[in-house]
Amino acid sequence: MTTLLSVENLKTHFYSAGRTVRALDGVSLQIEEGGAFGLVGETGCGKSVTALSVMRLIPMPPGRIVGGEVRFKGRNLLALSEEAMRSVRGKEISMIFQEPMTSLNPVFRIGDQMAEVIMLHQGLRKPQALERAVEMLEKVHIPDAPRVIRQFPHQLSGGMRQRVMIAMELSCRPSLLIADEPTTALDVTIQAQILRLIKEMRKEFHTSILLITHDLGVVAELCERVAVMYAGSIVEEASVEEIFAQPKHPYTQGLWGAIPHVDEEKEILSVIPGTVPDLSNPPPGCKFHPRCSFRFDPCDRISPSLAEISPGHGVSCFLYDGGRSNG
Amino acid sequence: MGEPLLQVKGLKKYFPLLKAWRQERVVVRAVDGVDFSVEKGETLGLVGESGCGKTTVGRLILKLIEPTEGEIFFEGTNLTPLGKKEIHPMRRHFQIIFQDPFASLNPRMTVSEIVGRPMEIHGLIEGKERDRKVSELLESVGLSKDHLGRYPHEFSGGQRQRIGIARALATQPKLIVADEPTSALDVSVQAQILNLMKHLQKAFGLTYLFISHNIGVIRHISDRVGVMYLGKVVELAGKKTLFQSPAHPYTRALLAAVPTVDPKKKREEIILEGDVPSAIRPPSGCRFHTRCRYVMPRCREEEPLFHQIEKDRWVACHLF
Repeated sequence: MTTLLSVENLKTHFYSAGRTVRALDGVSLQIEEGGAFGLVGETGCGKSVTALSVMRLIPMPPGRIVGGEVRFKGRNLLALSEEAMRSVRGKEISMIFQEPMTSLNPVFRIGDQMAEVIMLHQGLRKPQALERAVEMLEKVHIPDAPRVIRQFPHQLSGGMRQRVMIAMELSCRPSLLIADEPTTALDVTIQAQILRLIKEMRKEFHTSILLITHDLGVVAELCERVAVMYAGSIVEEASVEEIFAQPKHPYTQGLWGAIPHVDEEKEILSVIPGTVPDLSNPPPGCKFHPRCSFRFDPCDRISPSLAEISPGHGVSCFLYDGGRSNG
Repeated sequence: MGEPLLQVKGLKKYFPLLKAWRQERVVVRAVDGVDFSVEKGETLGLVGESGCGKTTVGRLILKLIEPTEGEIFFEGTNLTPLGKKEIHPMRRHFQIIFQDPFASLNPRMTVSEIVGRPMEIHGLIEGKERDRKVSELLESVGLSKDHLGRYPHEFSGGQRQRIGIARALATQPKLIVADEPTSALDVSVQAQILNLMKHLQKAFGLTYLFISHNIGVIRHISDRVGVMYLGKVVELAGKKTLFQSPAHPYTRALLAAVPTVDPKKKREEIILEGDVPSAIRPPSGCRFHTRCRYVMPRCREEEPLFHQIEKDRWVACHLF
């Protein structure tokens, strides 16, 4: 397997009111060709900023990518010109967002919006582009596609709009699809339809997936590998089977325990005390230490680095790596 | 078990849509014939997808909106015919916790005013007592008296929801309708709020009607669960019964649709096709027949009755 996307020590900061918010504080991850990688965490942990940084869509100012590398098929995307980057976006890496209503333009017909992307990246003429749009809509199981391309986004339901988005994003056969909370705005039965569709499309187009979500169930359904983010860093990374069976990082364990499951009964949910730190003034050492019930000597002084504790299972915690650090 | 704390009979709410000239009058059948009761001290969970009418049921029970048809009994008193003045003294017995902790607190009132106001309105406190009483309430929800003079924007989402809970508790209610109280919160904060609500239920002997679309949350908090689809309750059962052996085809599909965290645990795969039909023109017969895998000719014509099939299970389906 070859690595499709490799993010190395990525740092994205936001500057506002004289403060520096370290939204990403050295994030590294690898996605294999054809793989599906899940990035999970709570509000503000930096999972969406990671996606936007990879796409170079961070609003600047106030944001800036201050360090690191994003290597995609061997090229460092951060070093590309804006023009070259534009041909990567949509064509080689595309992105679907949480709210399909706000990511579709309300005043253009579905077909026109889809055709625009196809014409731009594939150099087709409008009639052929529209034909291709219909073909793609049929692939995502939209009934009566020739009629739907003449409709406006508000005439479709939420699930249908997300199907349109997926059809649009896959129409240029990108190698990587970034899905940022693709089913969060949808009801569970519709979510199940969309997840099934993403799986199908993955098989058909051999697209790799970077899935960003707060819903661990969705990750388990779709991905092979998972990384858990906390306060701008990845604290644990492993295969889906391993991380759910044996979560190692105290934050991961706390997060797992906090979820009320459909399959099992718990009298009391485990609670992580305290709140997420302010990223403009993060605690020294491990950023989770003020909330961690296992903290000991080095935790408030040195920040741990992600270390492999078993093949393919990385944890950033002194409980496991015997005190290795990145200073 | 004596008389239920709350009983709802044949409850309906139709919302009229704006009528175009010379066109037929059109209504949305948000709630279309719902029956259930809530016993003292229990938590009844209402679960369903967007637009199924669960929030409307909550609002009807609190008399925030008037039903089109049907009756609501609270401790045996029929609330339906009561006017605004007559209902007012009873309101202290049923309170609500809202979904959005940002929109449901007045940004220009201090915590002390927000939590103290319901007590003043119902004449439960006098003059200087307020701060003491409010402090007690804040402590019971995990805040402190240092927060009295602060404004909502100074708090995080989870803390605001605690303020909302303290406000609901201020009048010492018997019933609390909680409408998606944790849907705007992260899982770790959600866990705190759910634990708090369970604790308060024991401490104050509260009864909850807990409305949510999150099936995991419903399972965690409820004693009994009602599943709604297109304005109707399709199945109502004890929690164990419902989750171990869901009966109604919609309940089964709904539970199967929740992605499980354990990748090894494979459940029955049922994926419903299509979208929920419109509540303006709901399907004839059983409303679920357009998406049901067990549909029979009878389902298209005859509406199934909501009836008891086991000791603690009611279902509206022709299969049973």
